[in-house]
Parts: sequence; structure tokens; C-alpha cells
Amino acid sequence: MKRTHLIILIGIAASIIGLLVYSVDFSTYDTIDSARNKQGKFVHLIAKLDKSQPIDYDPINNPNYLSFYAVDSLGAQTKVVYHNSMPADLAKSERLVLKGKMQSGHFECKDILLKCPSKYKDDKNSIEQAINEQNASN
Amino acid sequence: MKFEGEHLLPGQFGHFFVILALVAALVSAISFFLSSRAANETLQNSWLQFARKAFFLQGICILFVFGIIYYLCSQHYFEYMYVYKHASKELEPKYLLACIWEGQEGSFLLWAIWHAVLGSFFLLFQNSIAKRRWQAPVMTVISTAQFFLMLMILGVYIFNVRIGNSPFTLTRNEIAGPIFSQPNYLNFIKDGMGLNVLLRNYWMVIHPPVLFLGFASTIIPFAYAYAGIQTRLYGEWIKPVLPWALFSACILGVGIMMGGKWAYESLSFGGYWAWDPVENASLVPWLLLIAGLHTMVVYQATGHSLRASYLFAILCFVFILYSTFLTRTGILGDTSVHAFTEAGKAINVMIGLFVLFFTLPMLVLFFRHYKKIPAIPAEEATSSREFWMFIGSLVFFLSAVFIIAITSIPVYSKTPFLKDLIIRIHKGPLAMPENAEFLYNKVMVMVAIVIGLLTAATQYLKYKSSPKGYFLKKIVYPTLIASIITIIIAIWYPFTYHKQGAGFLGAIYTAFFATLYSVVANAMYIMVQLKGNLKSAGGSVAHAGFALMIAGMLISSSNKEVISDSRVNGINVPAGKDPMTKQSDDPRENLTLIRQVSTRMGRYEVTYRNDSSGHEKGRRFYGLSFVEKDTATKKVKSSFTLNPDVYIMKDNNMSSNPDTKSYLTKDIFTYISYALNEEKNQDTSHFTLFELAEGESRIYNNGYFVLNGVTKNPSNDKYHFTPNDAALMADITIVTKDSMRYRARPLIKVDGESVLQLDDTLYAQNLFVKFAGVGENRKIKIGIRESSTLIDFVTVKTYIFPYINLVWLGLIIMALGILLSMIRRAGMSTAKGSLVLLLASLGLIYMFLLAN
Repeated sequence: MKRTHLIILIGIAASIIGLLVYSVDFSTYDTIDSARNKQGKFVHLIAKLDKSQPIDYDPINNPNYLSFYAVDSLGAQTKVVYHNSMPADLAKSERLVLKGKMQSGHFECKDILLKCPSKYKDDKNSIEQAINEQNASN
Repeated sequence: MKFEGEHLLPGQFGHFFVILALVAALVSAISFFLSSRAANETLQNSWLQFARKAFFLQGICILFVFGIIYYLCSQHYFEYMYVYKHASKELEPKYLLACIWEGQEGSFLLWAIWHAVLGSFFLLFQNSIAKRRWQAPVMTVISTAQFFLMLMILGVYIFNVRIGNSPFTLTRNEIAGPIFSQPNYLNFIKDGMGLNVLLRNYWMVIHPPVLFLGFASTIIPFAYAYAGIQTRLYGEWIKPVLPWALFSACILGVGIMMGGKWAYESLSFGGYWAWDPVENASLVPWLLLIAGLHTMVVYQATGHSLRASYLFAILCFVFILYSTFLTRTGILGDTSVHAFTEAGKAINVMIGLFVLFFTLPMLVLFFRHYKKIPAIPAEEATSSREFWMFIGSLVFFLSAVFIIAITSIPVYSKTPFLKDLIIRIHKGPLAMPENAEFLYNKVMVMVAIVIGLLTAATQYLKYKSSPKGYFLKKIVYPTLIASIITIIIAIWYPFTYHKQGAGFLGAIYTAFFATLYSVVANAMYIMVQLKGNLKSAGGSVAHAGFALMIAGMLISSSNKEVISDSRVNGINVPAGKDPMTKQSDDPRENLTLIRQVSTRMGRYEVTYRNDSSGHEKGRRFYGLSFVEKDTATKKVKSSFTLNPDVYIMKDNNMSSNPDTKSYLTKDIFTYISYALNEEKNQDTSHFTLFELAEGESRIYNNGYFVLNGVTKNPSNDKYHFTPNDAALMADITIVTKDSMRYRARPLIKVDGESVLQLDDTLYAQNLFVKFAGVGENRKIKIGIRESSTLIDFVTVKTYIFPYINLVWLGLIIMALGILLSMIRRAGMSTAKGSLVLLLASLGLIYMFLLAN
């Protein structure tokens, strides 16, 4: 067997891996409405916490059940259920990336990524706010 | 307006040194280049001498810049934006360095410092006549990189565009706010924002310098590749570059795994590797470097694979630059937990230019000279060592391509045209699949199998070609031994990772065999073939270590257990189980522990005993006692206390830090996934008062209680009074409706004018018992408060990681093996080499095995 033959073989192996990866069901970024049209399909929602609705989390009865409402930039709203503990900064979050599926009327969430204002040290607006708040408290 | 209390002089000096460093770097880059292109030796030398001076000058300037930033942060001069953003008064001095490299500017500076140190070392200690000819071209590249790094922190406006973000800008120029219209505005800025609490950790002090040394050192193989083409000495750069490449592989590898150890120890991801884009971005250059290292060794031994060596050396640094682009431009925003955030459009463009400036010309140069780079037309024999080494390099290269292709998904969605194409084909912007980790794991487990087998077998082949029968005779014992051990382990300690089906479990077993095979084969090679001569065993030691590390990863990830499973503990309704795999796809992994109530968790009885505050304000430790009892005899087999903590920061962000009990063979790792804030924990119910005499009982809502007696000035396990005090303790037995008996001992104490009441709390019953006062006829008043809302509890997640120490041990062995090779290739004396090894092993063993 020559080296070129083997390299061709590896090329085939690589393309099999490529196909394998291609066959993976890559997800999409969706809005709440477009996710509703894809019931049961795993999507990424970019949304905000609906602060007008209560967050339901009662860790004594069940530490693995959290539900809240999310709204997206188009104004659509959905109930979100997350079978895990409540992320500490959820109430203060500015933006949420919710990974999961729309099913039976709510969004069944597998993972939540939070974007919190204070984590953006390089964001000028938040620094301005911080400085001015510090000033106001004096 | 004249502002009061500002310290502007150090900042002006700092800014001056940045500009001087920038100019000096540019001058040295040009002069090194001219020296490398000069026609005669005198001209070469005079340019070289000049360039060296300019390079040393920029190095010194960078050190000054760093020193000034350190000074500003240590003095809390909040008039500087950088100090305001990253330092604070309550920050402990040990974190001063960490807060400097928390920000973009500081980490660019750290990178530049390492370039300066490496470059200076190169100029001062690689000055022999044979090595000298490499100085001009190699340093051309390093000086150019320094120029770009200084541009990043320049902060000068050209045509209204700010070039780079200076660390010396003033807060009042950056931030709009009413306070800045007052001359004494500094009086209002009481404190800076400080280092992010998540990063207040000793790893933040040591991980970035090591990782950045790894990043910085990859420029040297790249620069040598350029030098090889530039000098037309196409193959001669391999010999001098090998020790550098080995150094780089060691430091970068250790730096990456330090990040893993950090994540494992102090972050609540529950592991040391999560295929996060930031982690991947640093792994990819390492994989390419290892590929390049092997092709270089092949070239040294046989003359094959020179072109591949060029390509890998170039790509390694290119992907370091690309990882800078990924992590610093905010492009990973929605996909990574720990990328930097965007620092402005202009800086993003500059980072892009930095990447392109090094990538494109170098690739063009490489392909234009491709034909001139010597290659042996005859192909390697399949029975030769170099053939299989090349295959191994190719596999590493392909795995690097695979990882970076997946990691770059957010980039595709921001590339014009490609973005629209994806949306059309994929019907929406591309995002990671449901199980992103599995996507990586299923490919990388194949890589582990191939690499395991190759590192086990290839060393038993000879260069050029191996005699028939030689290989088979040598390999038979390692194969047998590894097979036997794998079978024994499969029987006694089977892998339980059924989640992805039988096929993947089979792949894990195969990979485990392959890595074990490599460990055994390499160990035997050192003992039998090399007769224990460690000096020349660097490669085998490194391979054994690498394989051991992967084997440890396979065991610890496959048999990782979540023991805080609510379903097992019977609190929640069980979720549906998959009949095929007997595993639920949605494990309920959090468990609520009510104070003083012991709860079953795997083999342990766990009780949340107490909470206590830490040194820092807002930090709270929760004492969880773990007791393991023998199932038959009920004897306590082991018991320990873990103290995970929750840190509520000034800005009300919460961070949860795990605590781990480490045994030689397993770690028990736990963190708080939810805890109530104290202010939420306010109760409004009132005490109900009862008056009773000794021996009497009363009924309350949930049972009855008996006053056993009243003790004056008690001295027992709970209270310590002397006869001179004035304290009364009531001894009460409480019997609840479900026939549970509890003892409560509230106390009242008269101290001069004031009365102090110490209530007793039965957390299990949510009952507060108060000694409310003394009534008539030797009766006393007892207050009982039942609370429905106030239950003190924490919600935890607990894992057991088995045999995780194999991962760290493997890494240490690998790093030392690479260093052994480096010492040999650099021709260091035995004394020097031993010293390097001794220091490295002390440092590594302390960091990875002891410091915890």
C-alpha cells in the first residue's frame, strides 16, 4: 500500500465524518412564532424574561421545576418550563438564549444562557449607569 | 476646568511608553527585515545590531507600561478607566495581577511581554554562529507581531477613528455623567468595579500567564518557517526549531489543562472540559503543533514530510490568531460562556487585520515556494516508522479542522453571502445541535482510538523500513497485557455510559483499550528497548502520559455519577425511562436539602448542618456533612464535610463555588445550585405564648410539648454559664403528630438592664421555641412559632468523578516527557536538564495534584 492510497483512505474517512456531522440535526435560531411552527423540533430562542409574569420556582417541593414567561422582540410570548434549578441571575437578565423544544403549548427548555448587564464590563452604558448610581447613593 | 485629586503623570508616562514601544517595534521589524535581505555581511551586521537595540528598547518599554498599570491599580487611581473597570479597594493584593489581565488591554500586554521575553532570550542565548543567521528573519516576524500588539493598546485617534484601546484613558473622558462636570468628581467615585468574583481565584493568577506563554511561543515555529523560505535554506530550520516547538507544546498543553482544572475546581459546569468555543480555540493550535512536531521529527530522521512541517508550523500560529479573533471580537456572544465581550468595532477590524496580515502573505509565500521545498519523490514504506507518524499527524490535523469547523458556526452566520446561503438551505440561522458535546465526542473518540493504536505500535517500527517479524515479535507482549487489563476492567468496573447507545459504548471501550495499549507499550518500550534510559525516552514518556490522560478522561466521564438525583431519593415523581437504555434523557439532577434533615444521596446520608459567612462580604459557606454507613452493620465507614459557597456580589450577581472531597480514586464534587437570598427569608408569623409549670404539657397545632424542667445557669454541650450569670434554660420535649420526638432548649438571660432571649430552632419541624419570660407560681412562658414559609434549605447538585487523578497524572507525565525531548534536542547539559525537570515536576505536581 502506498502512502497516497492511505491518504485517499483517510480522505474517505474524513468525508464519512463530514457526512456524519452533516447528518447531525443542527438547530436554528428562532423567534417564538417560528418555533411554534416547528413543534417538537430543537431550536434556539432569543428572548427576554417577561417581568410582568411571576417566576414559578418552589425548590422545597421540586428543585427541578422552573417555569416563567418569555417574550421576544416581535412581542410574542410563551410559557417556558425548565427541569433544572433556577439560574441565580434569571430575574436580572436582559436577554436569554433558550435551547429546547416547543411542545404542548409551552417551551420545554433544556438549557438557558443568560446575558446579564453587569457582566458586560466593556459596555459603556452599563458603566455609565453604575457610576451614576454610585453617585446617586452618596 | 481643573479637576482635583487626579494623578495624570503616570498615565502620560504610560502612554508615552506605549508609543515608544510601538515605534521601536516597527523600527526593529524593518531593520531585522533589511538585515535579512542585505547583500553583504557588513550591512547585514550593522542592520542587525541596530535592530537588536530597537527590540530590547521596545521590550523595556512594555515592561514599563505593565509596571505603570500595576502601580495605578495598586493605588486605586479610579480616574483611569482601566483601574475603575478592573480594580477595587476591597480586592486582595494577590489579585492585583489578575485584575490587570482580566481586560482586553491587559491580556494583549501580557502576550506582548512574553513575545518580548522570548525574543530577548532568542537574541541573547541563541547567539552562536550557527544559530545567528536565523536571528534576522525570525525576529522580523516577532517584531511585526509586537507592532500589531502595541497598536491594539495604542489609543490614538487618526481621522476620528480610535486606533486601539489604551489602558490609560481617563474615566471622565470615556463616560458621560453629571458628576464629571464637577471638579471634585473623584470624591464621588468611592470604589471601582473590581475583578469579577468568578475570577477571584488563584487559577486566575497563574493560568493566564502560562496560557499566554503558550500562545506567544507558537510564533517561533511560524517565524522559523518564514525564515526557512526567506533564507532559501529550506530544510535547515527544523533542527533549531525543534526544542522551541517542544517547549511550546509543553507550555500550551499545560496551559489548556490548567484551564480545565480551574473549570473543574471552581466553576459549576460540572467538569473539566465542555467543548466550549473558547476551550476549542486554544486546543486547535495545540493539535496542529503536535502534528507539526511529528513531521519535523520525521524530517530530521528521514528527509520526508518537510512541506507538511511548514504547513503545520504556519497553521498553528494562524489558528492562535484566529482564536484571538474568535474570543475577543464578541462574535461568540451567544455560544460561549467565557468569551470576552465586544470592545468596539474599530478594535474588531484591527484584530481582523492582525490575523490577515500574518495569514495571507505567509500562505502565499508558502505556496509560491512549495515546489522548491525539497521532498523525496519515493514514498515511505508501510513498514517504516515515518509512514505511520505521518498518518498520526494527519489525523491530528483533521481533528483540528473538524473542531474549528464546528466552533466557527457563529462566524458563518455573520459572513455575508454564506449567511444567506445557510438560511436558505437550513431554513434558519445555523445553531449547535441539541447535544453539542456528543457531536464532538463521537468524532474525537475515533481520533483517540487511532492515536492510541499509533502511539502504541509505531515506536516498534524502525525508520526507513523494518525487518519482517521484528515488529510482530516486539508488539506481542504489550498487546496481550493491554487486552487482559481491558477485559479485567470491563468485568470489574464496567463503563455505564448507555446514554448514546451500544455503538458509542463500544467505541468508548475500544478507545479505552487503545489508550491503555499505548500506556503499556510505551512503558515496556522504555524498559525493554531503551533499557530504562530516560534521557532518550522523551517521546515514549510523553505518549504514555497522553494516553493515560485520555484513558482517565474516558473513565471519569463515562462513569461520572450524579448522586443528587431527586428521583432516586423519592421526592419527585419519576420521569419516564427509556426502555432501551434504562436511562432517562432528562435527569432531575438537583436535590433540596432541608436544614438538619438528613437526606439520602447515593451511598451517603447528607445533612445541611450550618451556614457561615466568609471573609468577603456577601459570601456564604454551607456546611454539608456526608456520612457513609455500612449497609449491614450501620457503622460509619466514612464521613466528611463539604463547604460549597455562594457569593453574592456587589452588583447582586451570584456565583456558586463547588467544594470537592478528593480521594485517590474518586472525587465527590458538590455545588449549590439554588439558595434563598436572606432578605427573601423573612417570616411574618408570630409566636403563640403558653404558660406552664415543670412537668406540664400543652398542645400546639402539630402535636404537644412537655416542659421537663428549668435549669439555672446551665453548663452543658450547648451553653456555658458560670454560677455568677443570670440565665435560665428551659428543657422541652416536643412530640409531633407523627410521633417524632425533639428536644428544644431555649434560654433567657438577664444582663444588667437588658434581656437576651436565645430561641431554639427545630429546622426539621419549622418550629421556633422561645423562652418568653417567667410567670406566676413558678410557671414560665414559652413561645412557639410555626412557620410555613421559612424553611432553611439549599438545593445542591453532587457528582462523583471516578479516577479523575489519572487525567492530571497523565498530563504531568506528558508534560515531563515533552520536556525530556526538549532537553535532549536542545543539547542541554545533564545538570541544566535535571534542574528544568525538577522544577517543572514540582510545579506540576503541586498545581494539579496537591493544591486543592
